Formats: sequence, C-alpha cells, structure tokens
Amino acid sequence: MSPAGVGGARVRIEGVHKAFALDGRSTPALVDINLEVQAGELLCLLGPSGCGKSTLLNIVAGFLPPTRGRVLVDATPITGPGPERGVVFQEYVLFPWLTVAQNVEFGPRLAGVEAARCREIAARYLDMVGLREHATKFPVQLSGGMKQRVAIARALANNPSIVLMDEPFGALDAQTREVMQEELSRIQRVEHKTIVFVTHSIREAVYLADRLVVLTSAPGRIKEMFTIKLGEARDRFAPEFTRYESEITRVVKEEVAKVRE
Amino acid sequence: MNTVTDLVEWGLHGAPLPRGRAWVLRAGAVVAFLLVWSLASGLVVLGNLFNPIFLAGPWRVLGKVAELAATGQLWGHVAATLERVVVGFATGALLALALGLPAGHFPVVRNLLEPIVEILRPIPPLAMLPLFIVWVGIGETSKIAFITYATFFPMFLTTVHAVGRVDPLLLRAAASLGARRTPLFFRVVLPAALPELLTGIRLGVALSFFVIVISEFIGAEEGLGYLINDGRNFFLVDQMLGAAIVLGLLGYAGNALVVRLGRRWLRWERPPA
Ligand SMILES: Nc1ncnc2c1ncn2[C@@H]1O[C@H](COP(=O)(O)OP(=O)(O)OP(=O)(O)O)[C@@H](O)[C@H]1O
Ligand SMILES: [Mg+2]
Repeated sequence: MSPAGVGGARVRIEGVHKAFALDGRSTPALVDINLEVQAGELLCLLGPSGCGKSTLLNIVAGFLPPTRGRVLVDATPITGPGPERGVVFQEYVLFPWLTVAQNVEFGPRLAGVEAARCREIAARYLDMVGLREHATKFPVQLSGGMKQRVAIARALANNPSIVLMDEPFGALDAQTREVMQEELSRIQRVEHKTIVFVTHSIREAVYLADRLVVLTSAPGRIKEMFTIKLGEARDRFAPEFTRYESEITRVVKEEVAKVRE
Repeated sequence: MNTVTDLVEWGLHGAPLPRGRAWVLRAGAVVAFLLVWSLASGLVVLGNLFNPIFLAGPWRVLGKVAELAATGQLWGHVAATLERVVVGFATGALLALALGLPAGHFPVVRNLLEPIVEILRPIPPLAMLPLFIVWVGIGETSKIAFITYATFFPMFLTTVHAVGRVDPLLLRAAASLGARRTPLFFRVVLPAALPELLTGIRLGVALSFFVIVISEFIGAEEGLGYLINDGRNFFLVDQMLGAAIVLGLLGYAGNALVVRLGRRWLRWERPPA
C-alpha cells in the first residue's frame, strides 16, 4: 500500500455481491461488480436512486462486508475502514461537538501531527472550500451546503490516497457546485488521488470523470462504462462535452425508466 | 399563547419570554406562594382552627432558619448532609460510569451486568436501607453507601443507553479518519453520549437528596434529616419546615450546578450567536 497522500492507490473490486435481509428474505442490492479504479483516476458512479451506489461505496470504505467477493487496495484485501480511504458521506456526518476547524483537524490530530501544523492544514482546506471565516462555528450553525463543504475539507485534510465521495455536492447551489467541481479537478491534477465519486448529475460526472460507470436499477450491476476523453480543463459547452452528456443521459434514462415501471 | 410560527421556530416549548418578563413572572410566583402560605397560617390563628404550632407561617420558619444560622448550628447540619450527598453521589456516579460505559460498549459486559441490575433495580432503594444498617452499621458509611446504591441504578442505565444511542455514522466517519479503539471511545463515543450522561447525572443528584433525608432519620446526630426528625420529636414545626426548605435549596443548587456544567460542556448544542 502506498503511504497516504503520495499519489493514489489502485482499488480492485472483485466479484462483489451484496444482499440485505428484508422481511427475513435475502434481497440482492449489488450483483457481480467487477471494477478496477486506477491509481490517480477519478471514477464516477451513476445510476437510479436505490441502485446500490452508496452500498458499493460503503463496501469499499470497509463499513460493510460484501456478501461475496472482495475489495483490494493495491494488493491488500480490505477488512475494515482505514485512514488511507477518506469518506465524504451523503449525510455529511460532522462531529457536532467540534468546531468547523476542529472537525477538519480531526484526522491529522489523531495521526499525531503537531498542533500548529494541524491549524495550518485546517486553514488551507477551509480556504479551499471557502469557509475560513466560519472556522470557529459549530456544525448546528451551518447550512446544509456548508456542512457538506466541511465534510469534504475534513476528508481531504487527512490526506488519504483514496477518496470515496457520496453525492458530495448534492446540497450545493449550482454556482457553488461548479466552483467545487473546478476545485476538485484542480486538486486532482495536483495530488492525483484515486477518487470514487457518486453523483446524480450527468453534467458533473462528465466534467469530473476519467471514467464513468452506469449501474442498472436495483439490484445494481454494471450496465455500461464510459471513458471520458476530454483532457484537463474541460469546457462544459464544448460539443464533445455535450455529446458525452446526451449519450450518458440516454443510458441512465433507460434504467430510471425501469424503476418507474 | 404559542403561535404556529413560534411552534415552528422553537418547538412545543414555544419562544422564550424576554428576560425581564420571565424574571417578573418567576419572582411573582414565589411571592404569591409566600402570600398564600402566610394567609393560610394567619387564618389558622384568627379562626382558632387548630393549634397554630402545626402550620408555622413563612416568617416564623425563615426566622427559625436565621436563628439556627446565627447560632452556627445550621452549618454543621448542612455540612453533614452535603458531605454525605457529595461523597455518596460521586461514588455512585463513578461506579455507574465505570461499569456503564463498558457495558454500553461491550455486549459481553452488558450481558453480565444487566440481569443483576434488572433484578435489583425494581426493589425500592428504601426497602434496602435497614439491610445497609445491618450490614455496615448505623454510622456514616451506611448513609454514604446507601446514596451510592440508590443513585447507581438510574445513572448506570442512562449511561448504557447513552452509549448505545451514539450514531453509528459518527463512528464510521471517525474510523475512516483513522480512529481506533481508544481514541474512538474518548473522542467520539464519550462526547456524543455526553448530553444523555448529564441527564443521568441530574437524576442522580436529585435522588441523592431524596434518599439522604431518610437515612438521616435513622440514627443520625447531625444533618438536615436529623433536624427534621428532631423537630418532629419536639413539635418544632418551624424547624421541620426550615430544614426542608434548606434541603430544597441545596437540591436546587446541585441541579443548577449540573445544568451550568452542561451548558459549558454542551455549548455546541446552542452556541452563542
Ligand atoms: N442497511 C441496509 N439494510 C437493508 N437494506 C439496505 C441497507 N442499505 C441499503 N439497503 C438497500 O439497498 C439498496 C441500495 O441502497 P443504496 O443506499 O446503496 O442506494 P443508492 O444507489 O445510494 O441510492 P441514492 O441515489 O438514493 O442514494 C436499496 O434498495 C436499499 O433499500
Ligand atoms: Mg446513496
């Protein structure tokens, strides 16, 4: 395993199945997921609500054991959560008793980084998400979008080699969202983390992704995979961008339609 | 009346009143209470209803308290009661935390402790008082041990419950930031459980004052419970009421202290704007 932060690590998802017990019966949520995320790659997961995106992320994070199959980070099978895999939760999950800055410092402090350095790190990542003036506030004093940005700063400040993000920009207004997307792709160009990014926004996925996976409606299987060959600094209005967008929209719509039948 | 807007903004309690107005209402209620009490004891005297010694007016009671304070007797009794309460409650709280935190965290410990607690808890603690006296004698130890025993159960149960209710997502977030067993416990479980732990501690404080009086009825030479019992033996109703009021004030102060601590430790729940 590469030390945290020095580039990304490779994630291999091998034959993962996941079933939940529902009314005493085992109900499949994910079926036969095989996926390899390259070191430094940003992979987007798309699919209708309830298709198992969060479940897959939870398995990679080490929160849930797969029913079958396994997940490897570089060559090591994962057995639980670890600081080399940062997580941004769909529900933010800030520590309510810590200030914004203390939330962001949580990881580095645990790792034994000295206090002054921790403050520097927190300031840097709070700057990045535009929340420096809110450093001394408590989570109850923040809006949903602000909480989400603190959660992103907290995950990145711990310098993980892999970042698992579950609809991290879902609560943001359109403008902040675009700023955050640009910020994330800028970080990505500098730090080359391995990122698995769940989103419902096809535009967002095309803007960010190196590769993009569409899952089927529940139970989730891999329906289609796209490699986005748009290079760095993407233009949301370029014709190739729009072409990807409409192509992927068509594929996702097929699955969303199935859910509603 | 609470308007719908108040309900939506402040919950069922409604919007807090302006400070001054709340204070006037509260002070007014106390004055009204003293007035009704004075009136009642006055009527007893005027109407010659029964021996006025049985319902001393508030001024006589306060006078008696002042007299006991002036002669210095009161402080000895207050100190004796407070010492028992503080030592007994602190021991109960420490035991409840020392056993409740691991019981909340480890199913094995929980399964070992819960049946015992469930068997003992429904027994009213007062039923055990004579046993305590038989076991550890009538002195200080039995009084302190009795408070410890009585306060342990509610504090143990709230502690177990508080730990069990910690949001697992918080644990996941901390684990993926690198927290392992010990830091996970001290940096996440404890602060997350703190609001409920404090509720248990408030219960414990109230209960200590509740049970100390009764153990001071039996074989004590000092303490506010002794003062009440002594008053009963000599028909000193003013002394009985006076000691009861002092107890009430001490309980109030104890509760206020915990609330204050809670405000400081739980500043994050309602941070100053
Ligand atoms: N702990 C659980 N117990 C039982 N069933 C679960 C559990 N977690 C998820 N599921 C089920 O698994 C399926 C996938 O859920 P998941 O949260 O992964 O969906 P999702 O793709 O993230 O959806 P969304 O886009 O709405 O967030 C759902 O049918 C859900 O009901
Ligand atoms: Mg989800």
